[in-house]
Order: sequence, then structure tokens, then C-alpha cells
Amino acid sequence: METVTLTIDGMEVRTQKGASILEAALARGIYIPHLCHHPDLGPFGACRLCLVDVNGRMLLACYTPVAEGMKVSTETGALASIRKMTMMLLLNDHPSDCTVCSKDSKCDLQKVSAHLGITKADLAILRPARRENPVDTSNPFFDRDLAKCILCGICVRTCDEIQGAGAIDFGFRGSKTTIATLWDRPLAESNCESCGECLVRCPVGALVPKGAKEPSREVRTTCPYCGVGCQFFLGMRGNEVVSSRGYRGSPVNHGELCAKGRFGHSFVNHKSRITKPLIRKDGKLVKTSWEEALTHVATRLAGYKGDAFAALCSAKCTNEDNYVIQKLARAVMGTNNIDHCARLCHAPSVAGLAQSFGSGAMTNSIEDLLETKCFLAIGTNTTSAHPVIGLRIRKAVRNGAKLIVANPREIELCRISDMFLRQRPGTDVALLSGLARIILDEGLEDREFIAQRTENFDEFRKSLEAFDTATVERITGVPAEELRHAARMYATVKPAALLYSMGITQHSHGTDNVLACGNLAMLTGNLGKPGAGVNPLRGQNNVQGSCDMGGLPNVFPGYQRVDSAEARLKFEKAWGVALPSKPGLTLTEIFDGAINKAIKAVYLVGENPVLSDPDAHHVEKGIKSLEFLVVQDLFLTETAEMADVVLPATSFAEKDGTFTNTERRVQRVRRAIEPLGRPDWLVTCQIAKAMGAKGFDFQDPAGIMAEVASLAPQYGGVTYDRLEGPAGLQWPCPSKDHPGTPILHTAKFNTPSGKGKFVPLGYIPPKELPDDEYPFLLTTGRSLYHFHTGTMTRKSDGLNVLHPREFLEIGPEDAGRLGISDGERIVVSSRRGKVEATAKVTAASPPGVVFMTFHFAESRTNLLTSPHLDPVAKIPEAKVCAVKVEKA
Amino acid sequence: MEEVLGRFKGSRGELIGILQAVQERLGYLPERAMLRIARFTKVPESQVFGVSSFYAQFRFKPVGRRRVMVCQGTACHVRGGAKILDEIEKRLKIRPGGTTPDLEYSLDTVACIGACALAPTIMINKDTFGRLTQKKVGDIFGGTPEKGGE
Repeated sequence: METVTLTIDGMEVRTQKGASILEAALARGIYIPHLCHHPDLGPFGACRLCLVDVNGRMLLACYTPVAEGMKVSTETGALASIRKMTMMLLLNDHPSDCTVCSKDSKCDLQKVSAHLGITKADLAILRPARRENPVDTSNPFFDRDLAKCILCGICVRTCDEIQGAGAIDFGFRGSKTTIATLWDRPLAESNCESCGECLVRCPVGALVPKGAKEPSREVRTTCPYCGVGCQFFLGMRGNEVVSSRGYRGSPVNHGELCAKGRFGHSFVNHKSRITKPLIRKDGKLVKTSWEEALTHVATRLAGYKGDAFAALCSAKCTNEDNYVIQKLARAVMGTNNIDHCARLCHAPSVAGLAQSFGSGAMTNSIEDLLETKCFLAIGTNTTSAHPVIGLRIRKAVRNGAKLIVANPREIELCRISDMFLRQRPGTDVALLSGLARIILDEGLEDREFIAQRTENFDEFRKSLEAFDTATVERITGVPAEELRHAARMYATVKPAALLYSMGITQHSHGTDNVLACGNLAMLTGNLGKPGAGVNPLRGQNNVQGSCDMGGLPNVFPGYQRVDSAEARLKFEKAWGVALPSKPGLTLTEIFDGAINKAIKAVYLVGENPVLSDPDAHHVEKGIKSLEFLVVQDLFLTETAEMADVVLPATSFAEKDGTFTNTERRVQRVRRAIEPLGRPDWLVTCQIAKAMGAKGFDFQDPAGIMAEVASLAPQYGGVTYDRLEGPAGLQWPCPSKDHPGTPILHTAKFNTPSGKGKFVPLGYIPPKELPDDEYPFLLTTGRSLYHFHTGTMTRKSDGLNVLHPREFLEIGPEDAGRLGISDGERIVVSSRRGKVEATAKVTAASPPGVVFMTFHFAESRTNLLTSPHLDPVAKIPEAKVCAVKVEKA
Repeated sequence: MEEVLGRFKGSRGELIGILQAVQERLGYLPERAMLRIARFTKVPESQVFGVSSFYAQFRFKPVGRRRVMVCQGTACHVRGGAKILDEIEKRLKIRPGGTTPDLEYSLDTVACIGACALAPTIMINKDTFGRLTQKKVGDIFGGTPEKGGE
């Protein structure tokens, strides 16, 4: 680091070259008044308060880089009078209702005014010139009082530089200048993403949270929504969660949060939380004691030992919760029938990447994405489903990285992409193989990487013969020229990161899609390097962890196969019981099993399959066929209403534990309030103990993690003490002195041969395509403002305001042909069911394709979706089914 | 619209030129055009609006076929420019910034059109009319002034 020495007010200051005078002074503890400077943002020079004298010239300290030998004076008579007048003019415009302003005592305008010693008498010489702006209350989480705005531009720059949304800018001119959205409309009608990043940076009372309650204490913990795993300080008053504040020390989110992470925690104290166990008596669920409920569950379950029982663990629960649930299923109930919603999201990633690379997880780290020079984002609406990873992409693109979006829908990222490949849904193998073929034909492959690090290349090359550009154009609908351009971009701009999500996995050939991603990355040598990789973005906060913990029917914790005698022996020895060797049923097979009476009892924790699983009628039928269903949840979900016993669980705010995020980072979850139910791990252990099982005497989650570490090699070095740091630990972390692994496969792959394996593929169309009767292709996804079945987000009033009901997105031509207008009620039906929704006419949907989310119990999209399964991963084809659309 | 955009590369720096070209073609900047320009240049839509609302030359409402610019510069002011404006307002029944419902006229005031010797003056599109009186205004615009109007 090159340093520069200058003097500020006669004091020698050494600082980094390139720093501004203001940064150098503030770092040295020398205060120079300023309002528009923010350490997260570039210099702006709007407030003119940081003027300093440099060798006799007046310069803006924020905009002037330090130079060797520079002599800076921060106070001269002239500076004082200029600053004073500048400040007087600002104050003259500003309402003086400080005592009832929620920014009182935290307001920079107050601070600077006090520093400069502005008096009432000073202001009396100015004619009052207050702007009359009505307060914009349209956003459900914060108000915008532009009368208090000092036009520092911090919100504008935050929205642009940090969030990359650009919802606001300076509008109009001169005395009419204001912060405006497009057409100066209320914020809620703009493309504002309600992240609240502007709110936390506003130096005055212009942006204030609605119903602001300052927390009386805070606890650092992990966000319970998506797989990004943002770290924040949860704020409480008494036992009520009142705020969340991003943790700047985290390498995951650097203090940034999305709308859900910042404002979506009111579900914790929601009045509809269940706090007492419920038991079905005379057909009705009635309150009962914990003792009765646990005894009843233990007694009934004892009658279903073996393969008549299945457990569904939860990607929302902690690693410790999941570990004990799978231990209960395997060691107490004697079955490998355990699965969870990973089956519906990334089962193909686990299966496919394990085949290609030997490890089914994101190969690189989130922070790594800032080093990426070219992104291929396929089947991921990142800014909606993984918002903070979306910010990394936006930032990298801002810094010059290329972005190729491949998606049937025109997603938000298309706004900044270099290329938008609009493949037909379900044609990803053809698209990815087509790109690979072009790369090979043009000699752009990484020959050295292929030769040294991979195997099976010749078979793969042969398989690409079927994917000539003309054929691929015909299958995917992507013009040949765009295919060539994209292939060249991905192959030559390095490092290139491939990001994908449900758009790749939720297909009847989802595993093939994943393998095609692996092939393309290996072909270009984009593995084992910073900024590269194959990066499945995992949906749930702990879906990575619940897979790691063995919440899958074929593997013990740490992906050790149940059909391996060696692995079984290890676990039998550790748990002191004989274990079943037959892999169990998957989530989708469990409901089939229920219908044909092979499965009789289910213990279901923190899932809501009635809404989340494709072909929901089928799932419902399965649940109704069960003899005994125990549901453990925060709320009486649509699934819990059908249970025989409901056990009140605890949210992330009420228990200790760990979540493992999408980049394999194990992070702490910390108890912040008194539990309203009982911690999930404790409930499961109590059931096991009531059944007379040994090995469930855990004192706390740290004890469970110690057992995990002793059995799962990836977690070998994970202890709660080590997780206290700001970054947690990224697995594999095999030993106590191992620092964790930010990038996988740097020297060799995890396969038996240590080489990455190319897998030849063929194109298989989706199982159900539009026809005369059902002429539209329905594809599903998530909204920025809700999470999955809405069990949590639908209990946040604000999020419901932003996205109140189910919309069916349909292209303008299709809507016009059907005579459907924007906002009209419509009925969508498939071979399996029908639902009502509101039409949203948007060019984001290509002709013939419609889109829905699955967040709304009143519009159950999954009544429509297809039950066709991927043969390997058994994931249903939620991304493609045929529907018709009619006026309601 | 697409034809106009076809003349540009879509870089951020072209924004003002694109706004001008689109306005020249459409007469004003409707919201749909601004959204299209935002996409074309990859500039956030709020910034497209911010830039266009900063410059007085950009219009957000449809403009009449004949754009009337009434000079209120010093020379015209001294020679009764205000009365001329008043008379035109009465005859067209619109205020400065407005457009007649038949989209025939829109009315604006300007600071000086550089024809002070002819004061008071107005311009209609590219034609200049000088040494105006209330009667001459009547000859140009026709119609009957509403007595005791605004």
C-alpha cells in the first residue's frame, strides 16, 4: 500500500494514496463538517461544507485526493463564514420540529449546525423559504418527508451505487429540485425494491421508518429467509422483535439487507403463533399439555417403526434441529425415509454436481462474485430470489463485468445485461450444449484444464454432434448469432461464473441441466479459481445445511451413503444401534407411498407441502391417507390443519443453532427472545427419549454440533467457539485448525479419480407441453417480497402491501388475443386443477408463456403444476406445465 | 421511436441527444418513450426523468402543431408584451405551458427571441411576428376574446 504524508492543521497525517482529504482527516479523528459524504459511496461534492484551505486555495475535502506534502487547514475565517452561510441556507429550508422527529439526536444537520454554532439570530436575517411537500407514505416500511430533505443525494447514490436499482434521482431544477422517481410518483409506484438501504443512510429525518421503535437490545444472528445467509442485528424491546440492522462485518452481506431481511420479521410475534400443543380429539384440534402431546406422539410412533414411517425435516430449521430429526428417523424409527424440500429445489444439484465434481454445492463464495468478469445467470431471477447476491452481480457489472442472462422471462437483471438469451422453458440442455459446441468449434476451450483436470472429454465431444447451432436455435428459439456471441463472451472473458437456480433444477431433466452447467464450466476451465465456478443459488436459509445433516433418504450426515457398509458401521458404532441399509423414499415418493398405504405415519417439521409441492391435490390425498401425522410448526399452516398432533415450534429468533448458507458457510443463529414454543431440536429429542431411545441427551445445540463434527467430515472443525467470528466457517472444514474452504476444487475434484467428469447429454423435452386444450406454458417462481408458501411473509403487513395477491403474468399479445386486461380476475387451469388470480399484462412474459408465484394460499399455484419427476433426483417439473387461461 | 433509437448506439452519454431526437419526432416525451429510452441506454428510468426534468427544453405533455412562444424579454416587456400574452391566453383559452384540446396550439413564454427591434414579438414555430398589437393578435389567431376572462 502506497502511503502519502500530508499535514492537516499542522499535524502530520499518513494515509493511503488515493484517499481524499476528508477521509484522511476523519480517519485521524479530525472532524470536518460534511453532509453528503458517506463512506460507502463515491464523493459527490453537493453540500459544499467540507471546504478546506489547501496551500491557500479553497478545495472540497471530499473531492480532493491527498498529495505528498500537502498543507491543509480545516479552519480559517473565510471557511467559517462560507460554511456558516451554506448551513444557514440549508436550515432555512428545513422544518424545525426536531423534538418530534425520530432522527433527533442522530441527525447530521443538527450535528453540523451545532458544530458551526448557528444561532436563531443568524437565521432571523433570512426570509423563510420552506418547501411544501406532502409526505410520501406509500411505502409500507418507511415515510419520505421531502420537506426535510437536504438534497445531499445519499439516497440517490445508495439506490444507484449500492442497490443498483436506480429508483430515485434528482428531479427538476433550481429551487424546485427534489428527489424524484420516474414522473415524480410515490415511491411504491416506482421500481423501488424497499430494501431500506437509503433509509439507513439518510442523514436527516427525510427518510424515517414507519412506527419507528428503537430496540432496547440487539443480538447478532442469521436471516431466516433465503440461502444467502445475511447477518444482522435483530433488535428487541422486551420479547418483541422490533428491528433488524445489517452487520457490516459480514463477508456475506457487508451490512446490506433486502426488504424481507430488514422488514420481514413481524411474523415472530404474530398473534397467530401456536404456543400450546394441539391434539385431534373428535375430529377437532384442541389444546393440550406438552406432556400429553409428547407421550401421545411417542406411543403412536412406536407402532410405526420401520419403513411405514417417514420424517420430513426442514430447510428452515437449524443444522442441529435437522441432525436430531434424521437421527430419530434412522436410529429410533429404523428407516431412511427422511427427506425435505431440497427435493423440490436443488436435489438435481446435489446429484448432478456430485457426479461432475464430487460435491453438490456452490463451488465459490458470494464475495468472490466481485472478482467475476463474466456472469452466465441461467434460470435464476437473482435480484428477486437472492437479493443480496443480486447486488454483487449488479456491482460487478457496474465495475465492468459482462452479464449474460438466460431466462425465458425478462427478469430485472436484463436491465443491465450485455446479452439476454430467451430460451424456451425446458430447453436448457440444448442451450448449454449448444454453447459448448460453439466454444469447441471455435477452439475457445481451455485445453490445459481439460487435459489435466478432467476425464471423459472425448465422449462428451462426441455427444455435442447433436447440438449444431441450427438445431439449437430451432429447439431453444435463441438466434444463432446470439448463441455465438454468448459462447464467445463466456469462453473468453475470464473468470466466468455460472449462476443458476430453480430454472435449471425444477425440470423432469433437472439433473441433466445441472450436468450441462458442469460441462460448460469445465470446458472453459472456470473451476477452482476466484470469480469462477458453478454456483447453484440455494433457496432456503438452511437448505444446504439440512442436506449436509443427512436430511436426505440416501445419505447420513456429511453425504456418507447409507448403502455403504463402511459408513453404516461408523454411524452404528456412534449411535449404538443397527441401521437400515436401504435408501429411503424421497419427498415425492413419500406422498405416493401414503396413498398406497406403504407409509402410515409422518413426522413433518417446518414444511407446508400442501402449498409448496407440485400437484397439490395429490399431496393432499396422500396426507389424508395417513394414519398418523405430526406437524411441528410456528403456525397452523394449511398442512398442520390436517395433522393429528401439532407441536408448537420456535422461530430463528427463539433458539440457538447454526444455518449453512448457499456458499457452505456455517453461521450462528442466536436466541434473542423467550421461546413461544419449544426449540425444534428439544422437541425431537423429547419424543425420542419418550420412546426410550438413547443418544438424545443433548444439553444444548453446541453439544449437537459436537456430535455432527465427530461424524460429518466436512464439519469436523466446526465448533460454536470458532463460529463467534464475523465470517463463520465455510465447509469443508475437516479439523479444528482448518480455516475453512472458500473455493472448492482448487487443486483436485472430490471424485474418486480426483478429476472432473464430463457427462455426455441428449436433449429431452419437458414432459408436458402446451397443446390445443392447454395452450399456455406455465412457469413458476418467487417474488422479492414473499417467501415460499408465505407462512412467514404473509404475516408481515408491509410485505403484503407490496405484493398483496397472486398475479398471473401474461404477455400483451396473448392477453390481447384473450381479451384480458391488466388487473382483471382470471382462472388458470391445468389437467390437475384450477386457481384464480389477477392478470398482470407484461412484456416480461414471452408469447405463449405465463408466470405465477406459489406464495398464496388463496391462489394455490401448485394445484396446477406437473408431477413429472426427474429420474435421478426425483424433483418435480415445477417450471413447466400446460395451462389454459380464461376470464373469471 | 425505434427508428430514432436506431440512429444511436445506446450509450449512457447519448441520453440527452436521444431525448432531443425522440422529442423532435413525437413532439414531447411520453412515459412509454422514457421507459424505452431507459432500457435502451441502461440508464435507470428515474435518471432519465431526472435529466429530462432538469432541462427546460423537454416537454412531458403533447405539444400543439403550432408552438406559440411569447417573448417576455426586456424590450418586449417595456412595449407591452404582457398585454400580448394576455390577449393570446384569452383567445386560445390556455395558459403558458398548456396546449389547446385540439392539439393545434401550445403556448409558452420565452425570455428573448433576439428580435428586440420588432418588440413586442412572438414566434409561432419558426415564424416571427413583430410590432404586435391586440388587434394583430386577433388577426393571427382569430376567435373572439372572452371578455372578463381569467
